[in-house]
Amino acid sequence: MKNSILKIKNQPNLVIGGFITAVIIFMALFAEVLSPYHPVNDADLMVSEEPPQISYLMGTDDQGRDILSRVIYGSRISLSIGIVTQLMNTIIGIIFGLSAGYFGKWWDDFVMGLTNIMLSIPSMIFALAIMALIGPGLINLFIALGMTNWAYTCRITRSQVLFTKSLDYINAAKALGYSNTRIMFTQILPNILGPILVIGTLGVASAILMEASLSFLGLGIQPPDPSWGGMLATAREQMFTAPWLSIFPGLAIFITVLGLNLFGDGLRDILDPHSYSKIK
Amino acid sequence: MTLLKVEDLKTYFPGKSSIFSKKKSMVYAVDGVSFSLEQGKTIGIVGESGCGKTTVGMSLLNLVKPTSGNIFFKGKNITDLSKLSKKEVLNIRKEMQIIFQDPYSSLNPRATLKTILDVPMKIHGIPSDVRQEKIEYLLEKVGLRPEHASRYPHEFSGGQRQRIGIARALSLNPSLIIGDEPVSALDVSIQAQIINLLIDLQDEFNLSYIIIAHDLAVVEHIADTIAVIYLGKIVEQANFSDLYRSPQHPYTQTLLSAIPIPDPHKKRDRVILKGSVPSPLNPPNGCSFHPRCPNKKKDCETVEPDLKTISPGHTVACHFA
Repeated sequence: MKNSILKIKNQPNLVIGGFITAVIIFMALFAEVLSPYHPVNDADLMVSEEPPQISYLMGTDDQGRDILSRVIYGSRISLSIGIVTQLMNTIIGIIFGLSAGYFGKWWDDFVMGLTNIMLSIPSMIFALAIMALIGPGLINLFIALGMTNWAYTCRITRSQVLFTKSLDYINAAKALGYSNTRIMFTQILPNILGPILVIGTLGVASAILMEASLSFLGLGIQPPDPSWGGMLATAREQMFTAPWLSIFPGLAIFITVLGLNLFGDGLRDILDPHSYSKIK
Repeated sequence: MTLLKVEDLKTYFPGKSSIFSKKKSMVYAVDGVSFSLEQGKTIGIVGESGCGKTTVGMSLLNLVKPTSGNIFFKGKNITDLSKLSKKEVLNIRKEMQIIFQDPYSSLNPRATLKTILDVPMKIHGIPSDVRQEKIEYLLEKVGLRPEHASRYPHEFSGGQRQRIGIARALSLNPSLIIGDEPVSALDVSIQAQIINLLIDLQDEFNLSYIIIAHDLAVVEHIADTIAVIYLGKIVEQANFSDLYRSPQHPYTQTLLSAIPIPDPHKKRDRVILKGSVPSPLNPPNGCSFHPRCPNKKKDCETVEPDLKTISPGHTVACHFA
């Protein structure tokens, strides 16, 4: 226990990234309390496009809505999309990767072929195609992004399974009469969770970026609901006349993604046994 | 009573095949092994690394699929477990267990000792109160304490881990335990403890063992019969005293001469082999030992010697025995 606290202390990435992530999660959870105005209903055309000031810390947009409140509420969309879609990706990736690595043969060839196809299509194009097919909206965003990024998790899971399944305790489990499902989920999966967790954390960040891009292109969250990408899209035309409209949502995306990436890197350093030497 | 009968067991693995030729190469890991084992007895399988000893053990448990041959366990053909029903497979799994060489990779690092011992019994439908008692009993049997049950494998030493492996193998009351180099990863003082433990357990539970080892000195203490295996084939089989007194096959003679004598003044004529084991991808014609044999004759290069019985219970595959 003492040892693991020491390890975490020596991981500035993990500490800083974890702190940023915690702040964003806090913001999303307590948006009602934290934001001074309602993000949609408190529109006041008398104060449209006001620069940052005491009563509007981040300024207001063209309809006189408080940017700070919209950024705070926007964290809900970003985080929920990041976490839900990455969970979907991870589950799909684990199921395919685990079974492909464990059973091998034609199923492995098939799954690897599928991931190669997925990896060869730019994920943005793939998500765009799905969104164009099923239309914009939050649920559809979950579906589109949740099916886009599983190939990395799948590959990493498979390669970890290939190594782990050759270990003696897997043979022992077979000899003791464990079923294949039991071996996969109780003997192999718990031992390969580390790398999956790392890629999952990093995937949350990329899912947030994807959502922002899709919303920017008009296929994601529809106005007037606040999402960081959507706010950037509407702010584009006033980039020079009212720069605060684009700076603050942009900063929010930047800081969130940075925090999650730092956190993911820190997790990898702690969980990857090959990097123990770096930790004194 | 004959517990296990192995007839002409062959296990081949596909080797690397070239894109340009259709010819498939094969690794002849086990190439025609036959033996039988009585209830309560021990057979030692010895040979150098790469000769197919481990594959014999894995094939017997169906952890790798045998290519051909027959394995009879208590009179039942168990060569291909996938042909049997789920229930029959479980019943056979219960009877045959294995102890591995490496005590570090043979235990799931994320499971406590209790889980490691409890789950197999649960799978085989043993009620929970019986399991609890059994775990304590097993731990005590192999020289661990009941309070160890909540610990993880990394909290134990190599010797202790090997004891856990033995406890796990015993948990289902098997009648046969295959020990795949059960002591070679341990240091010498611990080796003796583990071998003595295995002998005690054999007496108590009337267990049969197949002990696979590269070291004759290890099997000397525990085996009733010894099979010497070279390149996937048994070259000589006899009870230990016969083998020790009059080794017939030149390979056995070499192996025996490699056992150190614990006396610095005694000298032994060592037979040192030239070269190394030929590749099982491309085994030599005739007697597979001929490229390294000190008394090779012309016939050896072309004619493969059969296993012949030279005295009751002593068989050897050499033209000149």
